Amino acid sequence: MIPYALARATSVDDAVRLAGDGGRYIAGGTTLFDLMREEVEKPQSLVDINSLPLDYIRKEKDELVIGGLVRMADMAANPDVKRYQPLLSESLIEGASPQLRNMASIGGNLLQRVRCPYFRMRDVGCNKRQPGSGCAAQEGLNAGHAILGVSEHCAATHPSDVAVALIAMDATLHVQGPTGRRSFPVEELFRLPGTTPHLEHTLTPGELIVEVRVPLGPHAQRARYLKVRDRASYEFALVAAATALHIEGGVVKDARLACGGVGTRPWRMREVEKLLVGERPSRALFEKAGEAATAGAKALHHNGYKIPLLARTVARAFEMAHEVAA
Amino acid sequence: MTQTPPMVPADYPEGPALDDDPEDGSRRDFLIAGSTVAGASMIPMSSLSAASARNKAADSVRQTSLTLTVNGERRELQIDNRQSLLDLLRESLQLTGTKKGCNQGACGACTILVNGRRIVSCLAPAALYDGAQITTIEGLASGDQLHPLQQAFIDHEGFQCGYCTAGQIMSGVACIKEGHATSEREAKYWMSGNICRCGAYAGISAAVVEVARGGQS
Repeated sequence: MIPYALARATSVDDAVRLAGDGGRYIAGGTTLFDLMREEVEKPQSLVDINSLPLDYIRKEKDELVIGGLVRMADMAANPDVKRYQPLLSESLIEGASPQLRNMASIGGNLLQRVRCPYFRMRDVGCNKRQPGSGCAAQEGLNAGHAILGVSEHCAATHPSDVAVALIAMDATLHVQGPTGRRSFPVEELFRLPGTTPHLEHTLTPGELIVEVRVPLGPHAQRARYLKVRDRASYEFALVAAATALHIEGGVVKDARLACGGVGTRPWRMREVEKLLVGERPSRALFEKAGEAATAGAKALHHNGYKIPLLARTVARAFEMAHEVAA
Repeated sequence: MTQTPPMVPADYPEGPALDDDPEDGSRRDFLIAGSTVAGASMIPMSSLSAASARNKAADSVRQTSLTLTVNGERRELQIDNRQSLLDLLRESLQLTGTKKGCNQGACGACTILVNGRRIVSCLAPAALYDGAQITTIEGLASGDQLHPLQQAFIDHEGFQCGYCTAGQIMSGVACIKEGHATSEREAKYWMSGNICRCGAYAGISAAVVEVARGGQS
């Protein structure tokens, strides 16, 4: 690890000012500190944001508001989150380990870096780590890689679980930077790799995640997160699906679907949602949704299994959401 | 005692790193010396005073002053920002009960309690933990009286080689306190951040659940 300076920020304004010189924000540090040790990340200065007053969760009229510093464990266990947005709680508990969930903040979770092994392997090409150096995953071991949104320059999946759930729920992100505050859908935080895989998100330099706002509604009460992985817990997703259904009079009024483990960013599937609206829920309908979810999916050498697995995971996740007593 | 060092200019890179300063002596020695002195007088200050003004300024922002309470004992420390809590405990405070396994947050061998919550100390930059209350495996027993979970690990043979055991026990103590050990199934899920390559999982989860059911933690 290269030597780095550390400044402790006392307010959001102070943090943004301190980051103005090129400093990177650090909260839990579970991704950043690890990658600094590998010298994949080499910041010369960090801004410690742990003293900022962003550790809050509150319910407003029709939204849950979650401060950017809330730890994953606290968000998962929060009574309002469990009551009004159980999908978020479930997706958080399915991610990482209890120790990491006590450390990692929600803002940091959204900005975590990819787990492609070649990203950490400094002696092989990785366009994310070093633009123009190539993508070793294309011809390498790519069983864990993406089947949606892949370019010849990068095939890494986005690793977050809760990002998938937030995107299914139309959450918005509120950020503050040198030019003030702005907000936008969480979905728009993530870029496709295209020819610039080193640009992963749409924050401008110095912007800090202040809070996440999640709309509430009847769909949120019938929502499940299904994560398929190589072990029963503490593992990244091979395929994951966040589903929600609002059923009225035996007919689907609203459906939500976002998937993880398959895309180069968390993948909302609005075309599949449209297939369900106006229909009567059934296993056959959910299987049709699962098939539709694979539209456009393209396999590399080792990850072809993810295409049928995606279809089955989506079908089962909708079935699980339907099984929730409304 | 929070001290906010000024930011280094963006063009900072030149100038020797701490380790390269010929007058600084061994950084390891300095850290050990700093750690054993309760209070202020730090050996590195004398060597730093010989360095150029620029280097002194640079070094001061790459180091952080901390107060930690470790197993009930207050420690005042001057640390290198690159130190993890794990390295601080093992190398500066000589508390080697906490083990370094993967050093990347995947195995749980380095689990400690910070303000009562379990974390992996390998991924914790020590500089972020000023004022923290830390409990390590060394702080669990009262004199010769083992913590109930330590005893339960012996009773259930919750280990073979023992390398993961300190982390397992610290994680187990927190798992019980969180209320996540009401059944073996639940305990296994909530202990999954701790890997045991000998495969002593049956004994580990039995020990954790037994102590949870006994109402002790």
